[in-house]
Amino acid sequence: MDVMPTFTREEIEHLGDLARIALTDEEIERLKGELNVIAESITKVQEVAGDDVPATANPIPLEAYLRPDEAEEPLTQAEALAGAPATEAGMFVAPRILGEE
Amino acid sequence: MAEQLMKYADAVAKYEPVFGLETHVELSTNTKLFCPAHIEFGGQPNSQLTPVSLGLPGSLPVVNKTAIDYAVKLGLALHCDIAEWSQFARKNYFYPDMPRDYQISQYDKPLNGEGYLDVELDDGSVFRVDIERAHVEDDAGKNTHVGGSDGRIEGADHSLVDYNRAGVPLIEIVTKPIEGAGERTPEVAGAYVRAIRDIVRALGISHARMEQGNMRADVNVSLHKKGEPLGTRSETKNVNTFKGIEKTLTYEIRRQAALLEAGGEVLQETRHWDESKQATAGGRVKSDANDYRYFPDPDLVMVHVTREHIEELSKQMPEMPRERRARLKQEWGFTDLQMRDAVNADALDLIQESVEAGSSPAGARKWWMGEISREANERGVSLQELPITPQDVADMEALIESGKLNDKLAKQTVSGVLAGEGKPAEVVAKHGYQVVSDDGALESAVDEALKANPDIVAKLKSGNMKPMGAIIGAVMRATKGQADAKAVSKIVMQRVAK
Repeated sequence: MDVMPTFTREEIEHLGDLARIALTDEEIERLKGELNVIAESITKVQEVAGDDVPATANPIPLEAYLRPDEAEEPLTQAEALAGAPATEAGMFVAPRILGEE
Repeated sequence: MAEQLMKYADAVAKYEPVFGLETHVELSTNTKLFCPAHIEFGGQPNSQLTPVSLGLPGSLPVVNKTAIDYAVKLGLALHCDIAEWSQFARKNYFYPDMPRDYQISQYDKPLNGEGYLDVELDDGSVFRVDIERAHVEDDAGKNTHVGGSDGRIEGADHSLVDYNRAGVPLIEIVTKPIEGAGERTPEVAGAYVRAIRDIVRALGISHARMEQGNMRADVNVSLHKKGEPLGTRSETKNVNTFKGIEKTLTYEIRRQAALLEAGGEVLQETRHWDESKQATAGGRVKSDANDYRYFPDPDLVMVHVTREHIEELSKQMPEMPRERRARLKQEWGFTDLQMRDAVNADALDLIQESVEAGSSPAGARKWWMGEISREANERGVSLQELPITPQDVADMEALIESGKLNDKLAKQTVSGVLAGEGKPAEVVAKHGYQVVSDDGALESAVDEALKANPDIVAKLKSGNMKPMGAIIGAVMRATKGQADAKAVSKIVMQRVAK
């Protein structure tokens, strides 16, 4: 049987950092509880699925529709930029970026 | 602070480099991977977008069939295990060029699994590079950093983002760790990426223009001593020239060797290649793969490529570049060196087209690799950009064959074509280029030359043929280069024999 995973406080904080969400102490405690319940449920599913059950990545028995490589009318530049907080020279203005991906 | 470097020869004598390449190739589909926005290089910023490319709420991705077919073809060329069922996954990270805040990539179920590519090196030896996977993903947009002194991130006030490139289909080809290349590591890497470039061009699935960012590679390398565990690697991201890839490896091997030799540790970090400094520079400590929190994209169900369809695509596969080269070399009777030079000059197609237009292979090679290459180098452009075509070269060869032009006039004619004076026949007509052969004009020019050089005549009569060139030269001058050297030599022989 798989060992039940548990989320530590540090892991919750790290997930918060990755999601760019500042978490209060109270939220960290609440999420820790909730995520551990979810992890527990997943562990149960893993117990039920024995070796005879093939692994599946998607429960939906469908295959992707592949569309033909044909162009359709794009948005105009003005439409594309309509939701931007700020624009310059036809581009979206983003804050100064630290560190390259 | 300048980093310590060990001499390359010492570094590879002391340490074994182990390297890996992640090569990104932009596919030349008409539209993006997940939406029908037309793709075009150099368009107005943010003019090739749909709600999907912008990641707007409520928009849903739909997979481009041609992108999948292209990827399968590459998988076939790289001898990959092609998965009938593959899956797109979200790779989560925040960066302004990624409007959804996740990239749609493939994770544990890539389209193309393990394969290999045999790479030919300069000395003709073959090095096998094992492929780990070749998966499909979408590209990010493009950031321009504004306000800094040199356009780099450091010191910029803000960034401008153009999302035209966001959603362009990419294939990322990941090698397994490559061992045993030793001091030839940079050469193997360069040859491998060039081979990938040639293959995707032959398949017609990418423009593969590095200068336009159609291809770029992440270069991983670590050092270790034989028999010891692998060392910590550095990853140099987005290197976008062949030379840059080779230089990155040379530099990293020298830098890591110096670090290790001094008792230091190599940091697992991402770096970038700085062309102006001819060095890699440290970036940030690499995030854990877990931090990307990959998971199957719930907006996309699995992609199914049937065995029958793969079979069908395999029948459409063109001859691969290595096989084509071997065949052409044989057909044309080129030496290894001649062939390699033609390949490196990107002249193979031009020579082939010239031959198809009627030129001899040797003649086509002579022009493209000689006069025309020199002109291209001087102008700093590619052979393809010059105003001369394979048909022009074939026409030139025909003019020489028929004796209408000699070598000198042919060179002048090519210069004229390159200068934009028109087709070879037009240049010949414009300048009145014509070989003067056996008519009276030639004979009298020879007689003039002989009369002016009695000492040479004496030598020729005594059987010393060395000064013949001087007489031919004089006749050439007199006829403004239009004499046929062979005809001149014949007349001279007749005259001195008398």
